Amino acid sequence: MRTLLSTLVTALAVCVAVPASAQEKTLTVYTYESFIAEWGPGPKVKEEFEKTCGCKVEWVGVADGVELLTRLKLEGEGTKADVVLGLDTNLIAEAKATGLFEAHGLSPKDLTVPGGFSDDTFLPYDYGHFAVVYDSETLKNPPTSLKDLVEGDPAEKIVIEDPRTSTPGLGLLLWVKSVYGDKAPEAWEKLKRRVLTVTPGWSEAYGLFTKGEAPMVLSYTTSPAYHVIAEKNERYKAAAFSEGHYIQIEVAGLTRTAGDKALARQFLTYMTGPDFQSIIPETNWMMPAGKTRDPLPAAFDALVKPEKTFLMSPEEVAANRKAWIDEWLAVMSAK
Amino acid sequence: MIFARAERRTLDIAGALALGGVLAFVGVATAVLLGHAGSGSGAGAGAGAPLFDAYILRVARFTFLQAALSTLLSVALAIPVARALARQRAFLGRVWILRLSAVPLGLPALVAALGIIEIWGRQGVVNDLLRLAGLQNPVSVYGLTGILIAHVFFNLPLAVRFLVAALERIPAEYWLSSANLGMGGGAVFRLIEWPVIRRVLPGIAGLVFMLCATSFTLVLTLGGGPAATTIEVAIYQALRFDFDPARAVLLAFLQIAVTGLLLFVLSLFGRPQDEGVTAGRAIRRFDGRRRRVTDGLVILAFTLFTAAPLLATLVSGLAADFGRLALDPTLHRALLTSLAISLASASLSLAIALPVVLVPQLAESGAAGPARLIMAGVLPAVGSLILLVPPVVVATGWFLMLRLFGETGRFAPAIVTVINALMALPFVVRVLGPAYRTHLARTARLALSLGITGRRRLVTIDWPALKKPFLTAFAFAMALSLGDLGAVAIFGAEGFVTLPWLLYSRMASYRTADAAGIALILGVLCLLLTLPSTAPDRAPERPGPDA
Repeated sequence: MRTLLSTLVTALAVCVAVPASAQEKTLTVYTYESFIAEWGPGPKVKEEFEKTCGCKVEWVGVADGVELLTRLKLEGEGTKADVVLGLDTNLIAEAKATGLFEAHGLSPKDLTVPGGFSDDTFLPYDYGHFAVVYDSETLKNPPTSLKDLVEGDPAEKIVIEDPRTSTPGLGLLLWVKSVYGDKAPEAWEKLKRRVLTVTPGWSEAYGLFTKGEAPMVLSYTTSPAYHVIAEKNERYKAAAFSEGHYIQIEVAGLTRTAGDKALARQFLTYMTGPDFQSIIPETNWMMPAGKTRDPLPAAFDALVKPEKTFLMSPEEVAANRKAWIDEWLAVMSAK
Repeated sequence: MIFARAERRTLDIAGALALGGVLAFVGVATAVLLGHAGSGSGAGAGAGAPLFDAYILRVARFTFLQAALSTLLSVALAIPVARALARQRAFLGRVWILRLSAVPLGLPALVAALGIIEIWGRQGVVNDLLRLAGLQNPVSVYGLTGILIAHVFFNLPLAVRFLVAALERIPAEYWLSSANLGMGGGAVFRLIEWPVIRRVLPGIAGLVFMLCATSFTLVLTLGGGPAATTIEVAIYQALRFDFDPARAVLLAFLQIAVTGLLLFVLSLFGRPQDEGVTAGRAIRRFDGRRRRVTDGLVILAFTLFTAAPLLATLVSGLAADFGRLALDPTLHRALLTSLAISLASASLSLAIALPVVLVPQLAESGAAGPARLIMAGVLPAVGSLILLVPPVVVATGWFLMLRLFGETGRFAPAIVTVINALMALPFVVRVLGPAYRTHLARTARLALSLGITGRRRLVTIDWPALKKPFLTAFAFAMALSLGDLGAVAIFGAEGFVTLPWLLYSRMASYRTADAAGIALILGVLCLLLTLPSTAPDRAPERPGPDA
């Protein structure tokens, strides 16, 4: 048993060992896992940036944006992160409250995020609008407004995510709040009849949707682009809502403890520039926040372009999140 | 007296080590988390909320309601199925039916949920059949029904496997006598089967209850709405969105306290009884012939219920592009890492389980001082309750702790291995415990009187007779570890990728087919794991005097 164990431990050590050779300069970027997956933007970003910076980019990937913030809170001042990439606007207030971030002091041109987001600590790199994505083969009359969705046929179901455990879930909560204000509980009361189930995360919801369990799911306006470009499948479409769509903006910032702040700022500048921005659409499946080198692929042009964008300030979200979730829980949990 | 002096000493030391090790591992993590809360970083909106508000009370009530119902259903259904399987020893494909029972364990909850939906969902097979039968509107399982179906899918096969193992330990002579005496089905159940079932039932029910009480993804996904929320969800919420580690730890304590109470009550029903003596002849079930048709139907229904979602997983898995997956270096690395972790954690789990199983035997055999008695009482409790400590809490605690020693990523494999080993402990103990008890009752005194002790006893007496339970326990532990996402998520990728992690990551980037392919790989791995423990006997099961 003991020899078996030691062999295993050695084998384990070999397969997970990270080559830790000391390079010239290192930039450690904390991000979410799918950003650095082999199909994500990470590999290309690393390759391109390393050519110009004379440095080495080290990724640390955690599950998602929320986990990213948790990780920083756990590590505190001891964090190795120079740049944190992948928080969204709803997390900004809490991220600032950690006191771990430093103002970027940059004024990039050509950032074109709807809703006019700008912040002294965080810079946007991409965005997406939340949208109801539907299966055009089974749903012939998709909703054309949030009101339509709320008041539509209860037999046509939608899968949504839980605001307690997922960012899209929180997004829908804020969306409904933005449109209905104080009347949000009444809206949820009606929408509830159409909700097939509330999943812990986006993956479960989208999995149920693509299995055909429900003809609608809460996702992003950009979701259809993946199916068109990667799968040549035009079946899934996003519904344009006349009231407007709530936006999710993904941002990055540099830490107060960054080893080489000039390098971190250089990365943020690169991030808002056309080289980085051109990588984003077809690897992260989000809309680029800045100018790309070439026009976007046709599939992106065909996407829903919301005329009105909802975005609450990070402070407002942080101050009300608990109360709004409780309100949602009360309605959704009632028999 | 069933152990020699040297063996008793070794067991004392091993027991103390196991107990101390487990408590220290969990204790350090919780202490660090509780300490971290004091540093004022709980800036989340949930910080400072009272622990026992109406929300938590409602969540706790639902947690125990659904877990109790799931347990009741799983265990009640398992009894007829296990009896049928034990009676029909030559049933076509019987060994494969038993093998299937380890597969759900190794499937991540997300995969299982999608498999179940393909059968029971609105567009599932069951509703298709109902539509053919003329029903207009689809029957929806979302809600308590869906949760119960999912939990029975996971736990019925487990309970059946444990019960069949218990029934197969009944000496062959009993069946011979019962046939000679012309006992009817009722008498056989009352006099032979029930006493054996009753002894293992509390352990099985306790395990199933814990698994259902800590269920998270299945409950939310199939529960239809936030009315279906478990304490585990609240813990996750406290740790992630609200970042309130102290609250997470307190909720975990609540979970342990209430479930622990229930397990204690359950344990009062399981009285150990005398072991039957056997010459080790092959078991022949003379009562099987009469009931071939009814037993066949029961087994068929059970197999359909368990296999259908697995089959759905298989079918969607086959749509994956295996040519590309086979060449995917990330998948290779994940496969190797997962196998290494699960091998190591299963070995560790077995090593910890041995004293957990044997020290109570030692105490029962009469050679017990107060220290040994306490250890005999505490070890099994710790071995069970560990399942209620959320891995995410332990992992977060250790993350905080290891941060002080630099690069946390380096320690990730070790922490994940230990967490998985502890999670598997309740399974391993339930497989090994009853088997060891029967084995010791039959051989211990004889071995001792012949002076066969220590390592020789392990090799020549124990291993040949207990090979199957050991291999079964090992397979369960490995499957559990293979399918576990839990702790990996805390430490972040940093080159440390397991199969479930890869599955979730592909799923999260629209790569559904890849994810289905990885799920298939996991399922096949779990099935392969069960092969050694269910290989057909060449020699009689227990070498007795006439073997």
